[in-house]
Amino acid sequence: MTRRRFVGLSAGLAGSLAAQSFAIAKAQGAPLKVGVLLPRSGVQAGIGQDCQRGVDIAPGILKDLGLPELAIMNADTETNVEVARARAERLIGEGAQLIVGAFDSGQSTAIAQVAEQKGIPYVINIAAAPPITEQGYKFVFRNFPTASMILADAFANQKEIFAAVGSAPKSVVFMHVNDTYGTSMQKGIDAVLSKADMPYKILDTIAYDPAARDLSVEVAKAKATGAEALLLVSRLNDAMLLTRELVKQRWTPMAVLSMGPGWYEDQYLKTLGKLADGPISFVPWYDPNKPLSKALEAALMKAHRDVNLNTNHIYTFEALLIAADAYKRAGSTDPKALADAIRATDIANNVSIGPGIRFDAKGQNATLKNAAIQNRGGKLVTVAPKSAANAKPEWPLGPYEKRG
Amino acid sequence: MIPLLTDGVPRRGLKLLVALALALLAAPLAANDYLITVLILVLYFAYVGQAWNIMMGFAGQLSLGHALYVGLGAYAAAALYVHFGVGPWLGLWVAMASSAAVGATIGFLAFRFGVGGVYFAILTIAFAEFARIGFDHWGWLGGSAGLFLPVANYAHNDILTLRGSPTMFYYVMLTMTAAAFVFCHALLRSRIGYYWLAIRESPDAAQALGIDIFRAKMVAVIISAAMTSLGGVLFAFYYNNLFPEQIFHISRSIELILGPIIGGIGTLVGPIVGAFLLTTLAETLSEIMRWVGIDLPGIKQVFYGFCLLGVVMFLPDGVWPPLGRWLGLGREEGDRGRGEGER
Amino acid sequence: MPAEIYLNVAVSGLLTGLVYGLMALGLSVIFGVVRVVNFAHGEMMTIAMYLAVALFSAYKLDPLAMLVPIAAVLFALGYVLQRGLINPFINRPEHSQFMLLVAVALIMVNALLIAFGPDARGVQTSYAFASFALGPLIVDANKAYAGLAAVTVAAGLVAFFRYTLIGKAIRACADNYAGALVVGLDVKRLYALTFAIGSACVGACGSMMVLLVDVTPPLGPTYTLLAFVIVITGGLGSMAGALLGGVLIGMTEALGGLLFTPSAKSMFTFAILVVVLLFRPQGLLGKRLT
Repeated sequence: MTRRRFVGLSAGLAGSLAAQSFAIAKAQGAPLKVGVLLPRSGVQAGIGQDCQRGVDIAPGILKDLGLPELAIMNADTETNVEVARARAERLIGEGAQLIVGAFDSGQSTAIAQVAEQKGIPYVINIAAAPPITEQGYKFVFRNFPTASMILADAFANQKEIFAAVGSAPKSVVFMHVNDTYGTSMQKGIDAVLSKADMPYKILDTIAYDPAARDLSVEVAKAKATGAEALLLVSRLNDAMLLTRELVKQRWTPMAVLSMGPGWYEDQYLKTLGKLADGPISFVPWYDPNKPLSKALEAALMKAHRDVNLNTNHIYTFEALLIAADAYKRAGSTDPKALADAIRATDIANNVSIGPGIRFDAKGQNATLKNAAIQNRGGKLVTVAPKSAANAKPEWPLGPYEKRG
Repeated sequence: MIPLLTDGVPRRGLKLLVALALALLAAPLAANDYLITVLILVLYFAYVGQAWNIMMGFAGQLSLGHALYVGLGAYAAAALYVHFGVGPWLGLWVAMASSAAVGATIGFLAFRFGVGGVYFAILTIAFAEFARIGFDHWGWLGGSAGLFLPVANYAHNDILTLRGSPTMFYYVMLTMTAAAFVFCHALLRSRIGYYWLAIRESPDAAQALGIDIFRAKMVAVIISAAMTSLGGVLFAFYYNNLFPEQIFHISRSIELILGPIIGGIGTLVGPIVGAFLLTTLAETLSEIMRWVGIDLPGIKQVFYGFCLLGVVMFLPDGVWPPLGRWLGLGREEGDRGRGEGER
Repeated sequence: MPAEIYLNVAVSGLLTGLVYGLMALGLSVIFGVVRVVNFAHGEMMTIAMYLAVALFSAYKLDPLAMLVPIAAVLFALGYVLQRGLINPFINRPEHSQFMLLVAVALIMVNALLIAFGPDARGVQTSYAFASFALGPLIVDANKAYAGLAAVTVAAGLVAFFRYTLIGKAIRACADNYAGALVVGLDVKRLYALTFAIGSACVGACGSMMVLLVDVTPPLGPTYTLLAFVIVITGGLGSMAGALLGGVLIGMTEALGGLLFTPSAKSMFTFAILVVVLLFRPQGLLGKRLT
């Protein structure tokens, strides 16, 4: 070992040590590495890509709010539970300090298990199956209502609308898609309905296959019950199929009351044009009167002019909001500190309806309220609850044959 | 017993096998969690591929609905655990029994009524689809909303209830795969193994010799079903959630037969080679896509499809036979049925 | 439930079944003659459907009007596929054929995904929401047109095989391979032609199907399976059987969905398949297998 060598070595060592401490100091100001898991391919790809829009417009708004920067690591769950799990593991292996995702209840459960096991905080953007926050997890948080919350609010909002329009259906037929979400809603409905004191009776429950391409039999069955209104839980494709069948089979129910996605999405409105008007959706939504909602709406308009602000954007954005806010308060990237910070979240300046974002002991935001939105002329208006409304409901459903 | 098992295996092959075993045993020490997850997946596919291989490669019946047994095994063990608190080591017996029963039913229906070839394949698909839709409506097992196993923060490994870190699952899966390998090797050298070979080569001659074809085929189907169901049990306790749409889906059935077909049907090492190859291929393609910066959903699968096409077209017997020859292993242990006469 | 519901649903099932039948016809022709298990059958129909969608969105051309051109494109695709890729596999074991076509299907599905994206696409023809009211019967106009088109194409196909020279040659290949060779038929070319005809059939089917159903890239496998079930139920080698099988399956699904849970209606299809395979393996109208 020559002297030159030794000096060179020690200089190098000192330099790297200095760099290390520099790095540690910098880490606190460094962007938080957030892994975003969404279905970007596979059956749910369209929704995943829609959620991504919420991710894309977030940085600007978060900066305006004075929140720290987030370094987003995108990953694709491929609408597959196994892939979701593997990708979550990989994201964490690559240094993700917080995970956000994943739209689907099944995939979110798998990711939650990974997150809990590794002790990395996981903020669920959208997934309604109740069991996820019933597992006693310490690192999993859900800023999205559970199926029972959605149902309870749906019935409350329906009563509000019935009172406002002075009319209510005496009977409904309940149709639901037979997947994780649809079944959770169907299971919950019996429990919630008995307490809700609704003016209508459910004459029949019709479940259909999520992959069904032809819903003529289902609609024929529904029409045959003689029910006055249609209560349903569906997805985008079936919403369009159902509407088409309603038109073809010449049945205009008094109202279409949807407690799920589909009937308000851009593709539905665009494809069906005038035939899209009228259905009322009871969904987790944004409060149009909150200032941050307006900011989000503006940002979305700038980035994608013809896209309506919807659940996917709102809740994905809020998940990132939670991450940034917790990072600011925690002051470090230590996962336990982050998790504790998230648990203590109290954001009143948010987008979704309700007093704000806060989590109970199970990691669930039980304060979220859901709205009733109605399709009107290619846009969506909020008709209930009164505190978050910006329009009056149109009732009953205009006959399909008379629309242009 | 060991001399009996190693009899007939070329010495070079044994050395390679031991080297591989040691590498696999040591893997978790060197690999990060993500790699371990990938390895578990590889071993899982190697295992179920091996189980499927018994039915196809050894008994010549193309089953395209093998996900049925995975699902049955998974649901049986999971339901017992969720509803009755019965651990997986007891649950697996019920899993194997139910899968074997269903396999026997399918086998009986098929073989007694002379359903073979493509028709048999379609029959297996039909049963798997039937199960998928049926379980979708079975409320006690969660239906389409899924069956969730209770989980907690894994502070320590509990092998009795299979709760623990990926490393624990890795070793369990490794043991299962190794055991399957040895078991199949033993099977091939047993009497039933030779019966199967005879039936594969020439059913008429076999029958003329007095071999009970029906019984031999049934044994193959039952063993294959029972073995596959164990894979399902592990699946249930590893992933902790089960959805009929996922676990019984035809794409699962196709997925698990890719390994053995690419690796080499009827060979002992084929499924393992195939599983390694396919997983490596899939992950490499993902990496390349990320490195090149192409984020086009579906492009990875297109390349995957082309690679598959290439293998099917140019290596019709699978990757293992030429690979084995290249490694200097001569005629591989299970690579019989070529009618080349003596060793 | 009022009686007219059953009638409406049955008619709806019948019309859809005719389209299924045509799709199965294409498969029957391929499987019956070339003896190739075409697991990419549904994917080819998906390609045809996307073609129809593309033509409609670009030039507002009605899918039924485009039936012949679309069938022609699929004809060419099928010919090339058979000649180029599948031919060497005719005498290979089933699992090899299967793997080949699974790989082909995988490439097709994902190429479509890249080209068209994952969202469902459909055609909004002027009659997309129309229906005919005949007394208590309300018939979906789309189903009526599609069913009619299916019957027409099927009739054309039957005529082709019965009365033209090439049709007879193809049937000869199916009935007696060695004999056909002896007589001097260019079997390779005929095989390619048959695969092409089967593909054209499924192509025509695609332009009808797009009126009934929206297309997504992973639509194929469901229809491949359905086609196989129908072919087996109706009987391999019988064209009338394929149509009959299609109608039977179409009506069973519809009525089954009406009487029981709609989400479980596919179970009836599989139940029928199992029953047929066990008790009448040659299918309803098929020839007894030797």
